[in-house]
Amino acid sequence: MTDNSGAVVKFSGVGYRPPGAPSHVLAGLDLEVRRGETLVLLGESGCGKTTTLRLVNRMLVPTDGAVTVEGRDTREWDAVRLRRRAGYVIQEAGLFPHFTVERNVALVPALEGWPPERTRERVRELLTLVGLDPGRFAARFPRELSGGQRQRVGVARALAADPPLLLLDEPFGALDPLTRASLQREFAALQKRLAKTCIFVTHDVREALTLGTRVALMHAGRLLLVETPERFLSSTDERARAYRETLRLPAPALAALAAETSAATGDAPRDVRGDAT
Amino acid sequence: MSAAQFLESQWRELLALTAQHVALVAAAVGAAVAVGIPLGILLTRRASLKRPVLAVAGVLQTVPSLALFGFLIPLPFVGGIGARTAVVALALYALLPVIRNTVTGIEGVDRSVREAAEALGMTNRQILRQVELPLAAPVILAGVRVATVISVGVATIAAAVGAGGLGMYIFRGLRQNDNALILAGAIPAALLALAADWALGLLESHFDARSRAAREDTTDGRRRALARRIVYASLVAAFVAAGLVFWNLGRGGRAGVLKNVADGTNDGRAVRVCSKDFTESLILSEALAQTLEARGVRVERSYELGGNLCHDALVAGRLDAYPEYTGTSFTAILKHNPVTDPRAVYEQVRREYGEKFSLEVGPPLGFSNDFAILVRGDEARRLNLRTVSDAVPHARAWRAGFGQDFMSRKDGYEGFARAYGLRFGAQPREMDLSLTYRALAARQVDIIAGNSTDGLIGALDLFQLEDDRRYFPPYEAVIVFRRDALAASPGARAALDELGGALTTEEMRRLNYEVDGRKRAVAEVVREWREGKAK
Repeated sequence: MTDNSGAVVKFSGVGYRPPGAPSHVLAGLDLEVRRGETLVLLGESGCGKTTTLRLVNRMLVPTDGAVTVEGRDTREWDAVRLRRRAGYVIQEAGLFPHFTVERNVALVPALEGWPPERTRERVRELLTLVGLDPGRFAARFPRELSGGQRQRVGVARALAADPPLLLLDEPFGALDPLTRASLQREFAALQKRLAKTCIFVTHDVREALTLGTRVALMHAGRLLLVETPERFLSSTDERARAYRETLRLPAPALAALAAETSAATGDAPRDVRGDAT
Repeated sequence: MSAAQFLESQWRELLALTAQHVALVAAAVGAAVAVGIPLGILLTRRASLKRPVLAVAGVLQTVPSLALFGFLIPLPFVGGIGARTAVVALALYALLPVIRNTVTGIEGVDRSVREAAEALGMTNRQILRQVELPLAAPVILAGVRVATVISVGVATIAAAVGAGGLGMYIFRGLRQNDNALILAGAIPAALLALAADWALGLLESHFDARSRAAREDTTDGRRRALARRIVYASLVAAFVAAGLVFWNLGRGGRAGVLKNVADGTNDGRAVRVCSKDFTESLILSEALAQTLEARGVRVERSYELGGNLCHDALVAGRLDAYPEYTGTSFTAILKHNPVTDPRAVYEQVRREYGEKFSLEVGPPLGFSNDFAILVRGDEARRLNLRTVSDAVPHARAWRAGFGQDFMSRKDGYEGFARAYGLRFGAQPREMDLSLTYRALAARQVDIIAGNSTDGLIGALDLFQLEDDRRYFPPYEAVIVFRRDALAASPGARAALDELGGALTTEEMRRLNYEVDGRKRAVAEVVREWREGKAK
């Protein structure tokens, strides 16, 4: 299992059939996630993208094939160690309602036994990084935050112990369109600075194209294609075309979007909303 | 007696019984929590166990308390007579709400929160302790709260196995037809239940972390924090009290056992005398106890046990002697159909007790406590009633009130009604035997089945209708004794013989009235009676 391609996560012939289920929810998956890239898993609900994500941090173990993280089969990883190296962000953030923002963010450092002073410093740094004033927010409880603020705390919590890998499962899915767009922009900027390896699950093609270094399109438990955003836009694959049509952009706008996304995770926040209808 | 007078004269006993009550509840709830929370956690981990365990806990709650005591008495470690058995029974009742709320609370933790905890690399233990338990705490505490309030109520039954508590007043009050006594038990019990509910409610809201932050900042918050500290302190105090009481009991029990072993012979062994939970049984037990003591036999008294628990305890070897009635033995214990010949009943009971239980049935005490069909005296005079047959034509317009015992036993209501062709306008009302006298006197009902020796018959001007068709089987009073205990001390045998034929029905009625009607202490009444006989 030596790794020389720069692949941080590698799926080889991976299939997954839940215990007791009649058939696989994921089959024949071969995929590499390269260091520093943001790989977006795109597809409709039930296509197996969340399953794929959960196979990475051993929340699930493949029933066929193998998943390796940093060259080691996930089955050989200690699950707890592996998970602390892979920050996790989910829809609605999943913050602990009985912890303050500070304790939520400090969770992994505390579990890792960081000294309190260093932990506190790290929390301040992260809250600032995700655009929350530590003085105002550190002592609040999650229910005292807006949806967008909660999601920012979720990201800060995932980043707390500086994990090399980030797993994001529709992190912005439950937010209103304006908040979502602004968080997407900030995430892109953050990603440019931190250069984490990210696996990002979404069913929103626009989000996939804006944030992904590469887009992996999934359908019914199978991987259809993996392309850069601009090649995704010109792909002849039937499903890719179908997704493209949901954008309902006129040809010139599409070209503009292609040009825009080719700059990858852009240097400045851009607003593509103006192009839609 | 007014409430103030009662408090003034009885406050020590009231306090002691209340403390006993609190100790029983605290120990039972403590045990239920110690077992129920880990069990509940286990059920959230092993889904296949959930249904069967919750089903068993649910069934336990439906077992009537006296039946549960009956099961527990013969068991080693948890059984016997006294506080331990009561605590075990109470804890079994308290188990269901604790387990169920633990499961509900933990399963109610938001899926995304649990998933995040797992995905962030928390171990199962960390998830349980830092996430699941704190978030489930309000629900779990609500379960403990329900369990506590239930226990405060059920603990009044503990008096039936000699465990004391406020139930002593309630049972005594019912028996003696004394409202003040019933209230003396019921009011403190209700106050305890309210206090426990309030205290745990406060604790519960404290654990509801969602509202904690908002609370702490305000002065109101500080006041509540103080109240909370008081609650903690009193809960701790309750548990400490419970611990002390049980430590003491354990020590006493061990010391007793050691003493018997050390003696080697059985000469120094105490005879453990039991009574049922009504006045006459108490008087007879006390008469036995004093007669034994007069002959130098040491006596341990375990009085006021409910139902047939005395019999169970004798068979289990926990107690040695108690007064019984041949009719009860014949039908309720030996399960025979009623027979009306007193001699035949006595002989058969005596023989079968020896064969089946190794119990000796002593000579008849001289009176029998039969079912007495009673009507109000004024009514009897007005309608010129003398026998049950005289009353049959009037029955259609009458309401009947019978004790549970009379309604359910073979020689009770059903056979009685058939024997006389008796038909009431409405189904007889089933109530506690001791309440029927009062209900009759208060014209709530018109005919009851009481006991022929009851002191209230004279006191409330009730009239006993003659059983002219000789339906009711005889209920001769006898003393039942464990054979080994009897063999162990010659004094016991002599005392048993001395009590043979010692009491007439009229004497028994009078003694009952001294206690029930004139509210005198049993021991004193019995002493007087013994002195009177000696002259």
